[in-house]
Amino acid sequence: MIIYGVAALAACHLAGVILGDLLGMILGVQSNVGGVGFAMLLLIVGTDWLRRTGRLPVLSEQGILFWSAMYIPIVVAMAAQQNVVAALAGGPIAIIAGVGATAVCMALVPVVARIGGQDEPLPPLMAQEA
Amino acid sequence: MDMITDILVKNGLVFAFVTVGVVMWLSYQLSDRLSAGRLHGSAVAIIIGLVLAWIGGIATGGSRGLADVPLFTGIGLMGGAMLRDLAIVSTAYGVDIREIRKAGAAGIAALALGIVMSFVVGALVAAAFGYTDAVSMATIGGGAATYIVGPVTGTALGASSEVIALSVAAGLLKAVLVMIGTPFVAPLIGLNNPKSAMAYGGLMGTTSGVAGGLAATDKRLVPYGAMTATFYTGLGCLLGPSVMYLALLAITGS
Repeated sequence: MIIYGVAALAACHLAGVILGDLLGMILGVQSNVGGVGFAMLLLIVGTDWLRRTGRLPVLSEQGILFWSAMYIPIVVAMAAQQNVVAALAGGPIAIIAGVGATAVCMALVPVVARIGGQDEPLPPLMAQEA
Repeated sequence: MDMITDILVKNGLVFAFVTVGVVMWLSYQLSDRLSAGRLHGSAVAIIIGLVLAWIGGIATGGSRGLADVPLFTGIGLMGGAMLRDLAIVSTAYGVDIREIRKAGAAGIAALALGIVMSFVVGALVAAAFGYTDAVSMATIGGGAATYIVGPVTGTALGASSEVIALSVAAGLLKAVLVMIGTPFVAPLIGLNNPKSAMAYGGLMGTTSGVAGGLAATDKRLVPYGAMTATFYTGLGCLLGPSVMYLALLAITGS
């Protein structure tokens, strides 16, 4: 059933966020540390195990893939509720600090990505599947 | 007319699906017709989303863009942290764990470098504009990291509310820039494989920025970038009021 996939995804999400909050508490930070990342790892490892033991039917899989396909529309809704007015109203300090940090960190991507050897690009996308 | 508005408000989330669906359709049309597909439809959709957020913010004076307009409150639920994080987690489905392990060292290096460099740039800009005390420099540096790290650092250190507001603005601008800019800089910085995406997520850190930027570039990169970005804000909040502040205090002496 599709709900099994959705439920597995949701359970991984919650378990990850709880782990992230616990880690934040241990570190003494008022913030979640890596919750979504832990959730992703749980989903990857969990579904891989289910698939190998043949316990992940196609229908359950679709419960996860639906949300994956909804990702871009959800991100568009996220963009539509950003505080763009405040972002543009910060004056020169905020603008230079924001633009500067973004530019410097973007420029460092090729340097960091070289650690442990260069990777091949992904094959080009076929049709628009988003 | 009132009856229809009433129904749309009551069915906010459902209306949000229609709204976003229309925006997506329009964006892919624009992408095909005006840029011959060079600028990805999802990139156009995110830009339209940000423009709508700006219009919503101007119209209502609120802080949640279009979601502050009563008719569009459903956008707030659809694009809020809960569903956004669920969707981000779902993109990890089918990811090869070996890719992540292979890029682990680069991801950790990216996180450390991304947080430190943002603080350095933010603190330098703050100092250039006359905020030469360690508390203000650390707060604006935190804002240059993300719009959460800035206020958390500022509140912990007792920065003035004016400085905290500046740090939030810097972080918001970074998130918007990353959302819009990623597809344009991707070819220049080799952002086309899982490892560079993990480096990117760790260096940029803003979850919403990375989530939007990679969606507009190549959706297959999203899980890798999100994986590292999700650690960034937490680590930034850990390092900001402690290591970063103490380092700045040692340099400035006040």
